[in-house]
Amino acid sequence: MKLSLRIWRQKDRNTPGRFVSYEVDGVTPDMSFLEMLDVLNEDLTTRGEEPVAFEHDCREGICGSCGFLIDGVPHGPRRHTTVCQLHMRFFKGGDSLTLEPWRARAFPVVRDLVVDRSAFDRIIQAGGYISAPTGSAPDANAILVPKEAADTAFDAAACIGCGACVASCPNAAAMLFTAAKVAHLNSLPQGQPERDERTLNMVAAMGREVFGTCSNHGECEAVCPKGIPLEFIAALNRDVIRAAFRRRREPLHVIGAAQHPAHEDVCESNSAQKESST
Amino acid sequence: MAATEAIPTTVWRTNPVAALWSTMVGKKVVMAVTGAVLVAFVIGHMLGNLKIFLGAEAIDTYAVFLRTMGEPLVPYSVLLWVVRIVLLTCVALHITAAVQLTRMNWAARPESYDTKQSIATTYAARTTRWSGVILVLFIVYHLLHLTAGRVGFRAGEFQHLSVYHNVVTGFSVWYVALFYVVAMACLCLHLDHGIWSALQTLGWNDARSTPLFRALSRVTALAVFLGFISVPVAVLAGWVR
Ligand code: HEM
Ligand code: SF4
Ligand code: FES
Repeated sequence: MKLSLRIWRQKDRNTPGRFVSYEVDGVTPDMSFLEMLDVLNEDLTTRGEEPVAFEHDCREGICGSCGFLIDGVPHGPRRHTTVCQLHMRFFKGGDSLTLEPWRARAFPVVRDLVVDRSAFDRIIQAGGYISAPTGSAPDANAILVPKEAADTAFDAAACIGCGACVASCPNAAAMLFTAAKVAHLNSLPQGQPERDERTLNMVAAMGREVFGTCSNHGECEAVCPKGIPLEFIAALNRDVIRAAFRRRREPLHVIGAAQHPAHEDVCESNSAQKESST
Repeated sequence: MAATEAIPTTVWRTNPVAALWSTMVGKKVVMAVTGAVLVAFVIGHMLGNLKIFLGAEAIDTYAVFLRTMGEPLVPYSVLLWVVRIVLLTCVALHITAAVQLTRMNWAARPESYDTKQSIATTYAARTTRWSGVILVLFIVYHLLHLTAGRVGFRAGEFQHLSVYHNVVTGFSVWYVALFYVVAMACLCLHLDHGIWSALQTLGWNDARSTPLFRALSRVTALAVFLGFISVPVAVLAGWVR
């Protein structure tokens, strides 16, 4: 079958981009969406044009590299499906589709459909770890994990960090991603010693990376390829409240002041404290 | 420690409320708590208004009660003023947080999409900011209208504490009554999203209770809407005169 594509082309971070229209022929129903783009790119290369840049790695829906908007929906029209696992049988010959990269201040476009998602890495760095003794492997049953806790942690750990939640959110919030990462460790016994610090650190990092905030629209849940539910955000909110009320001993030094540009007027006191703490 | 030096550190406040206010999640918690107080007031106010259907006597006595409640422990109308101040503080905090968060959200997506579909969000959720703005305008008008009698009445028409008379006279002007109905529609939308949203922000829901909370939100919003508009509608229809 034959498709018309309207694709965002952008040379690099600093060059303004624009939409360019292409026709792809010879698309078969068993191709994935990315394989369809491979066909387009081969055609472009033989014509001496620049191929369309898009991110991909595993092509089996588990690495979180791929992702862009197809007709205004992150990862396209199929629920719980990454673009690499989205097959062309869900489209009709003659369809015209618009492909657009994630748009968020925290995710600058690097080229065409590729955005820089290292803001997510920095949120994970801020608290996505536990402290554990190293050395010989402990007995598997040395720490008992309740079945419910293990299941919750496992559900949360399904997040592949693709960024579709941010892309779909009207506020470009990273709450679903951060909630999943926080819940992953906060629900396990191994995560308890650093629980409150982790919550506060990761939430502060989210603000520092200039993500927006949650208005409970639920768009993230609807497009998440891993079906991370909105209730994880409720759990994160609960943990933030818990952390704020349990910190009554000494002031906690957390990495990352709120440095949101729109924060500047409201968080002067924060930056003042930052100075005194360094 | 070169790697950590690059990342700024901050002191997390020991005061829990200050700590919360310094995060976006915490500002939403403030919105949820102040919103809950306002919802409680709105429900009480709506129920109080229904006394108009019991006759002039019932609602006028109620207006006096609002001022004499707590006597003789507290002097005339002091408790009413305490409630007024608490409510105004809640409105101020609610709006401050809303404005700050909205600016942050706009900053987080400087470039908008060419093509974007909404899948899960509702009309009420997408318009909360704007229904909120209309409600502020309504509250200002409403206080000048039925509390102070400064607008919407001809000179001498408004009589302090003659609530029945004031409401009937006030709503006999059709466009004033219409404005109240429109404002209450905004309140309905605001609450339809607001109530369950507040519960989610406070983290009280789980997978099982979310649909329940959403339904509770919708039912409350509709009940408040119907309860409030029953008064201007009844006056316009001539059922209350
Ligand atoms: C059709 C809808 C409404 C009607 C008929 C109505 C009627 C009234 C009346 C008669 C008073 C004066 C009571 C007195 O002076 O004793 C009043 C006061 C007030 N109303 Fe409403 N109201 C409506 C909706 C609302 C809504 C939606 C809000 C807030 C979101 C609101 C907020 C207030 C406030 C803050 C006062 C002042 C209370 C005070 O005097 O301290 N009203 N209302
Ligand atoms: S929560 Fe879902 S949409 Fe968001 S990054 Fe993780 S897998 Fe992607
Ligand atoms: S390429 Fe790995 S998830 Fe799509």
